[in-house]
Amino acid sequence: MARGRKVLVATSVIGALALTAGCGGTSKTPTTPPKASGYNAALNAVVNPSTAKGGTLRMANPSDIDSFDPARTYYAWGWNMNRFYTRNLVSYDSKVGEAGLKLVPDIAKEAGKVSADGLTYTYTLKDNIKFNDGSVVTSKDIKYGIERIFAQDVLSGGPTYLIDFLDQGQRYPGPYKDSDPAKMGLKSVETPDDKTIVFKLKEPFGDFPYLLAMPGAGPVKQSADTGEKYANKPMSTGPYMMDSYEPGKSAVFVRNPNWDPATDPIRKALPDRIELALGVESNEIDNRLLAGTVDIDTAQVGVQQAAQTKIQLDPAVKANADNPVTGFIRYFSISTQVAPFNDIHCRKAVQYAADKVALQTARGGPEAGGDIATNMLPPNIAGHDPKLDPFNTKSGKPQIDKAKEELKLCGKPDGFKTVIAVRNRGKEPACAEALQQALKAVGIDASIEQSDPALYFRSTIGSPDNVHKKGYGIMTAGWGADWQTGYGYLQILIDGRSILPSGNNNYAELNDSEINSLIDKARAEADPTKAAAIWNDINKKVMDTATMLPFVYDKALNYRNPRLTNVYIHSAFGMLDFQALGVSDGK
Amino acid sequence: MTTGLSTSAEAYTAGPPPRVPAAFLEVRDLRVHFQTDDGLVKAVDGLTFNLERGKTLGIVGESGSGKSVTSLGILGLHRTRSNARVSGEIWLDGEELISADPEHVRKLRGRKMAMIFQDPLTAMHPYFTIGAQIIEAYRTHHGGSKSAARRHAIDMLNRVGIPQAAKRVDDYPHQFSGGMRQRAMIAMALVNNPELLIADEPTTALDVTVQAQILDLIRDLQDEFGSAVIVITHDLGVVAELSNDILVMYGGKCVEYGSAPDVFYRPEHPYAWGLLGSMPRIDQEVRDRLIPIKGAPPSLIHLPSGCAFHPRCQYAEHNGIPCRTVVPDLPKDTDHPVRCLLPVPERRRIFSQEIAPKL
Amino acid sequence: MIAYILRRLVTAAIMLIIISMVTFGIFFIAPKATGTDPAVLFVGKIADDRAIAATKIKLGFDQPLYVQYGRFIKGIVVGRDFDSGPDVTHCPAPCFGYSFKTDQEVWPLLMSRLPVTFSLAIGAAVIWLVSGVLAGMISALRKRSIVDRMVMVIALAGISLPIYFTGLLAQAVFVYKLQWFPAVNYTPFFHNPALWAQALILPWISLAFLYAATYARLTRATMLETLGEDYVRTARAKGLQERRVIGKHVLRSVLTPIVTVFGLDLGGLLGGAILTETVFTLHGLGKLAIDAIGQQDLPIILGVTMFAAFFIVMANLVVDVLYAVIDPRVRLT
Repeated sequence: MARGRKVLVATSVIGALALTAGCGGTSKTPTTPPKASGYNAALNAVVNPSTAKGGTLRMANPSDIDSFDPARTYYAWGWNMNRFYTRNLVSYDSKVGEAGLKLVPDIAKEAGKVSADGLTYTYTLKDNIKFNDGSVVTSKDIKYGIERIFAQDVLSGGPTYLIDFLDQGQRYPGPYKDSDPAKMGLKSVETPDDKTIVFKLKEPFGDFPYLLAMPGAGPVKQSADTGEKYANKPMSTGPYMMDSYEPGKSAVFVRNPNWDPATDPIRKALPDRIELALGVESNEIDNRLLAGTVDIDTAQVGVQQAAQTKIQLDPAVKANADNPVTGFIRYFSISTQVAPFNDIHCRKAVQYAADKVALQTARGGPEAGGDIATNMLPPNIAGHDPKLDPFNTKSGKPQIDKAKEELKLCGKPDGFKTVIAVRNRGKEPACAEALQQALKAVGIDASIEQSDPALYFRSTIGSPDNVHKKGYGIMTAGWGADWQTGYGYLQILIDGRSILPSGNNNYAELNDSEINSLIDKARAEADPTKAAAIWNDINKKVMDTATMLPFVYDKALNYRNPRLTNVYIHSAFGMLDFQALGVSDGK
Repeated sequence: MTTGLSTSAEAYTAGPPPRVPAAFLEVRDLRVHFQTDDGLVKAVDGLTFNLERGKTLGIVGESGSGKSVTSLGILGLHRTRSNARVSGEIWLDGEELISADPEHVRKLRGRKMAMIFQDPLTAMHPYFTIGAQIIEAYRTHHGGSKSAARRHAIDMLNRVGIPQAAKRVDDYPHQFSGGMRQRAMIAMALVNNPELLIADEPTTALDVTVQAQILDLIRDLQDEFGSAVIVITHDLGVVAELSNDILVMYGGKCVEYGSAPDVFYRPEHPYAWGLLGSMPRIDQEVRDRLIPIKGAPPSLIHLPSGCAFHPRCQYAEHNGIPCRTVVPDLPKDTDHPVRCLLPVPERRRIFSQEIAPKL
Repeated sequence: MIAYILRRLVTAAIMLIIISMVTFGIFFIAPKATGTDPAVLFVGKIADDRAIAATKIKLGFDQPLYVQYGRFIKGIVVGRDFDSGPDVTHCPAPCFGYSFKTDQEVWPLLMSRLPVTFSLAIGAAVIWLVSGVLAGMISALRKRSIVDRMVMVIALAGISLPIYFTGLLAQAVFVYKLQWFPAVNYTPFFHNPALWAQALILPWISLAFLYAATYARLTRATMLETLGEDYVRTARAKGLQERRVIGKHVLRSVLTPIVTVFGLDLGGLLGGAILTETVFTLHGLGKLAIDAIGQQDLPIILGVTMFAAFFIVMANLVVDVLYAVIDPRVRLT
């Protein structure tokens, strides 16, 4: 019982957060002002606000970054790191809570001008934006940076959305194989002068600015582009520039003398130096965090078991910990194409039979695991509705009677056999087992098939043919968005027109014309608030198909060194906003 | 030396006040017992004998009869890290060794008393050259320069008949033939001109021709150095050739002791008859030479009751003699004591009438 | 002897070529056998088909395997050229290629990691050799004593406890609880020998603990056997002082198996002590290997494997030669 109540409390905090952000227009002022210190303080407020400059920010990460090349990084913390040295036309605001999800002009003078048909985005650059070598950033540098993404043969690894939206049939090979001597061959992006850049889309796409906020859309100076080796010394437009980088070992950033704070409303730039130790064993990072010799674990995926215990047992330690949602959702996909799940009632039976408390426990409990999920949009996405719970699963308890009713309706009163697919990694097999147990209680006999993590999403459940052949009725999955809107989050999972023969993400093969047309409507909507409302609707309709069984919105128990200033969770990353951090002791 | 003697004499409290014996080596009531997990092993149990300079004593017995343990006991080697308990007296040239300071005994070891071990392939260190091992033996007691010691070692190898000794001094033991190794072993033992030399089965692993050469060598060297020699062997023939006196051991005890002619030509203990019967003969072909005495040597933990030899003795209970129950003594008042319950005339009769003709 | 060493070197070279083929095969064929393409590993999370196709051509994965292997060997022998986007980079011999993930040349990377592994391995080796052999000797000389029993219990613990237990425990106790050592990062010896030692002392001890245990047991067993040898009795009969008997005659024999095991252990460690380096965040070859495996960075995995194989093969050769030096009965012909 105690566990159930704890969950409720945590969920209501998230609810309050969503409401304050004002997504539905019914915003209420919280009754108690957020405290700026203590456990979870950084979720709703800035801890230790300060403008004191100086000192060294000491970061550590258990592994190396995927790449410091802005075009090649896909790690959430890699994008967060990029805020130190890469400035985009627009960037996420440096605000706590949902305000951080808003894009604000960064090197652009103002938010892009969108043409009436929604097909043209025009940005004008601020004056005095410079690279760290002192040269002025022009619109051509931004275009060149975007063109680099097209050179996937050389610069793979990063997101490729801009290729999808800007190639428009040109089959542009990237600047290295560009026949244009100026390497400005990408037709959909125009640079009429050094200050202006124009993007021409084929179809309206309201989320387009979010693609421009990804590090890969930052400016790169062509003469300084070293291709594959660019990650070892990327140019900086931000307040810090790379001083040294030893892959797998360490990276050091120092102040960029050519960054003009007057042009930058986003970045604080408090420490003089940023040291990032790479490849430090996770438990060792925790030890150093608690000993105060490291300020932050940049992975921000939660401390290890030993440190979790220390944090939970000692209130003084716990006061320096936060438990934010990471933006990841854990769910099961229930196939619409594998019998007997082609009958919605059989799918609903699984929805009712699932024991979400057991699943939450398998993920690590309410703190290390996360909150029980009741729908497919996590709390940090605009359009999230904490009340949306069509199967009444918030308490987490299985509803055997209802499940049996549904089984009768689908003609399988005594249950049936099916297969749960799961990738053989981390806590996922335990989740599959928890579901298996719960299904047994209503007579559904599910066997578990574990699969190679490297192949799982690409060909095991990512290939509908394979899913049909192996009879995977239920597939274990997890998902985090590349940008925090309904489109960025949900479209690829539910759009019936994006079912692919391999690398498919719509595992349930959900293809509902009503949902599809709502997606198109939301996609074209330029007003984020209106788009959020449509996504709320889509979310509801998706849940009604019973194809998605979300069970946990991931949370991570992170520790922050008490000497840190300006500490808050940034909703776009589900982790601390690195660039805002300062150190109070100036060391 | 004299002070060492007086302390050791004082330290020895059991029994009557010791007297300094006249003989060069006198062993009195030597007992060497080992405490093992299975029980107390009485490897040597009350052995007494003496030996003059220039003379040779042969100790004969099967393996396990306690003869090697005796020799190691004289050298004081049971004292170094062992579970042995040694008691009795060992008088060497006027000093008692058992109660002496171990460091003093160590200094005597290799110098005043030296030992030739059997099987020199295992008794010499495989990783050091012959020369190095001889040099080490010399320098331990004499010090001096390496080159002087080396000259001495080559000289010794020459004397024991190693051809091209100057060259072979740098060979390793495995590069020598069996006979050569035994010669080298002898050279190592003699390098410090020991006054007491103990040769433990010096010819066991060698073929007959080499055996004879080695025995000649020991005899020659004894003449040259005037040492007292103890030869330990299971081969009565070897001792007969070398020794002045012969001591026959069985089950850790002396069963017959006398002059070589007495023991060799007029043995009185049935065990000695057996040994004689299994003796290899140079005038016979190499053919069932070692006719073994029937039965196995006794357990030293649980010796048979009565006469320890009775289970194997052809004459046990002969004419109702209680061999199984009565433990025979070794008579003290004779120069040919025999530990046997058979009456003296009877055993002389048996030997001359039943045994000798068959030999 | 020289002819023997030369012949062994040729054998070693052939061995390394076979190892390289097998490793190459494992890492470049195995993914194909299970349905993934090495190019997919290179491309990363978004496996855009265009990117995969382009990467395939760029890395030469479109060529038959023997051509790929030939290029790999050619790179080691004479170096090779790589297209790095805007220009072409020459990778000088010995070229093991470039990291898939960080685009660093593998060979300089290996060379930069070697000093760390070398420092760790040598330091630990000295500690475990001295302490293990000493403990084993004392144990053997005081057989069945309290000391013997204690040494053997500790040795058993050392063998049974994994480094990620002892290492983490040592850190928790000595660095964070008692604060005897600061949590320092590795400093090269030539920068500051004191800091170098300070950062390595706990890894040395933790690693040495694991190995010393084996050596203590091996030493004890060999020593007990040797003490019963006839030649030891001979040495005593010569009147040698006991410490010379033990220190010279016994030790020399005891060292023979120790040298064999030591050579192979050290050779193996020079290829990287994965667990120790991971636990103590030492950026040596082992850490490099485990990171590369985590990222499926094939060229680095291949490079470290070859490197480690080289050390083991060399260690074998050195051990064989040393064996002949120690034991004159062994003749190398």
